[in-house]
Amino acid sequence: MGSQTRTLWGSGRIGSLHLVAPVWNGGTRGIGGLSRVVAPEGNQKKGRSLLQFLADRFYDVEALRDHLLRKQVSKVHQKNRPFNHINQRYGPYVAGAYFILKQGGAVRFQGREWIRPNQRGHFSLDFLKLQAVPVEAVDASGCAINYQGLDSLLALKELQSLWLQRCPHVDDWCLSRLHPLASSLQELSLAGCPRVSERGLACLHHLWNLRRLDISDLPAVSSPGLTRILVEEMLPSCEVLGADWAQGLKLGPEEQPRDTAGPTPA
Amino acid sequence: MLRRTLLLGLCRGPLGRGLGTHRGGSILDRDGKMSEIKKKIQSILPGGDWNPLYDTSYLPPEGSDVVIVGGGVLGLSVAYWLKKLEKPRGAIRVLVVERDHTYSRASTVLSVGGIRQQFSVPENVQLSLFSVDFLRNINEYLAVADDPPLDIQFNPSGYLLLASEKGAAIMENNVKVQRQEGAKVCLMSPEQLRNKFPWINTEGVALASYGMEHEGWFDPWCLLQGLRRKVQSMGVLFCRGEVTRFVSSSNLMKTASGEEVNLKRIHEVHVKIDQSLEYQPVECAIVVNAAGAWSGQVAELAGIGNGPPGTLQGTKLPVELRKRYVYLWHCPQGPGLETPFVIDPSGTYFRREGLGHNYLGGCSPTEEEEPDPGNLEVDHDFFQDRVWPPLAQRVPAFETLKVRSAWAGYYDYNTFDQNGVVGPHPLVINMYFATGFSGHGLQQAPAVGRAVAEMVLEGHFQTINLSSFLFSRFYSGEKVQEHNII
Repeated sequence: MGSQTRTLWGSGRIGSLHLVAPVWNGGTRGIGGLSRVVAPEGNQKKGRSLLQFLADRFYDVEALRDHLLRKQVSKVHQKNRPFNHINQRYGPYVAGAYFILKQGGAVRFQGREWIRPNQRGHFSLDFLKLQAVPVEAVDASGCAINYQGLDSLLALKELQSLWLQRCPHVDDWCLSRLHPLASSLQELSLAGCPRVSERGLACLHHLWNLRRLDISDLPAVSSPGLTRILVEEMLPSCEVLGADWAQGLKLGPEEQPRDTAGPTPA
Repeated sequence: MLRRTLLLGLCRGPLGRGLGTHRGGSILDRDGKMSEIKKKIQSILPGGDWNPLYDTSYLPPEGSDVVIVGGGVLGLSVAYWLKKLEKPRGAIRVLVVERDHTYSRASTVLSVGGIRQQFSVPENVQLSLFSVDFLRNINEYLAVADDPPLDIQFNPSGYLLLASEKGAAIMENNVKVQRQEGAKVCLMSPEQLRNKFPWINTEGVALASYGMEHEGWFDPWCLLQGLRRKVQSMGVLFCRGEVTRFVSSSNLMKTASGEEVNLKRIHEVHVKIDQSLEYQPVECAIVVNAAGAWSGQVAELAGIGNGPPGTLQGTKLPVELRKRYVYLWHCPQGPGLETPFVIDPSGTYFRREGLGHNYLGGCSPTEEEEPDPGNLEVDHDFFQDRVWPPLAQRVPAFETLKVRSAWAGYYDYNTFDQNGVVGPHPLVINMYFATGFSGHGLQQAPAVGRAVAEMVLEGHFQTINLSSFLFSRFYSGEKVQEHNII
């Protein structure tokens, strides 16, 4: 205890703990208090507030926390890097397919079956010889594809079907990038993407060839029913799967749900 | 060991128990009194701003390396980039002086919030492209730990500029320049326009340019608050006051060719506190003029323009207040979700607002019809006479509309060439400008902030070369005329 006192209240050069300022509030909890707090806690929520508590008082913990956050962000960037060497050697179709397969999605070349990675993430490299065969369908559901990663997808000029269900990093900016696929894209699915809102859906009008659009279960859209109607008006020849028009409407007093099965909108 | 018991004793013993019993207060109130005492001790310690005579916490510090006059989006952007690009961390003390912390007359929050790359000057396109990049990655740039991520509500719907026969050649030229810089703009004929947007009446339109990506509109208040939050977490000081005086010193110097030049250097900024006669002289090394529509007045305080007309000393900062109106109307048969930000050849513009068939729009008045900028009252006759007829002509559905609300805001209008002023003044050597953007300041703010920070820290522009936007062009007469101003 005594030695701990000396290191903590010393000049701060010793050890890796540099105090921001002599914080009397922290000090009154006692030197023993600080050592108590350093002991690891089991609960994750408690752990986060512990990190916050320490980060408010020590520059090094603050730097560590920022570093951890930046590492998470750079992990997503790393996953979305373009495979330029594959593009140069095998062409854009193979590079795009490799990119999707590496992320954990599935690809279908024209006239072939779906290629999927197995549970371990491994996939056969047979498709490397299909350099001139265009990719027709991409299933990137659940993949960590973001704005940067769409570069690889946009090179697939004959893409007909694109599934981006439950992708956590697909947002309105990504949707505004899809216009180069306008001449070929016929099916698009955005179900369950947490960052897509009605503002991004407004720029889907470029996709004039679109026949099927799935915009169900988008938590960031403020009024799902109204959005679906507006999207249907915007894309007249497209079948839009989305929320029911009455979803989000407030029920009036005479329309309160009764116990017996009544003809009330869901 | 001894020190530890002394410390514990000091903190808990006599003050805690003693004070409660001495003052006769109840034991239940001990925690409240304890926190008061802790706060007092903390402020007495070195580093706190405790003055034994009276409370001075509302005053700005007595000295600051950089004083930024104006806390709008441009001022905060300069503060952010100064703190981000400084080496080592915490080297520079920055003070932002803003006289209205409710931002009731600031151009930033009254703006329509659009961002586009369709400019005629290549530097403007570059500034806009970087700003869009900044907005897209706003949660990486402005992340504050444990605060929720920002949602600037960006609508990537693009801008649609329409041109008549006269303007078609200029538009084609502009699009070439924009494409060279990397903007994604496409040209459309009237036929293609009618196919894509059937609600447009293409009479009188010879050519249209449509931004496919990186253009749209967003919520400027969210950007302002995000910048403010981040900049406060980086250690920038804020002061609620008004700059009333600059104290400067002059030096008579000789240029290389033997001419005599009077160089001024600002030493102190007098900041007058809101609703009081009290002022604080703040010693400073650099002053950044980001006062928006009032930059001209701040420049006059620094003595810019005091001299015989026609000389460099006599060149004023040509930034004035100009009032602009924005109207919000509802039209149930109006254009749908795909509506871009449409700009008519006559200068009238509108954009969709939300999902309920509401639209925002307005028009810039001509020089003769400029309204009096003394207040922010809205002239509804202006809508009837100048905005509605061209709107209804361009979009026939707008013949039946109902104005829901309207507001007015200021442009920091550069009467010289409607483009921004960035960089130091040639004579008042430590005053830097970041103003005069005449309606496109919000969309270029992140990039301009970075440019000014580079100028202050390095002495030259590093990423985007804005040397054509320096103050000296007002004296030399080289206009950087921007044609696409709305």
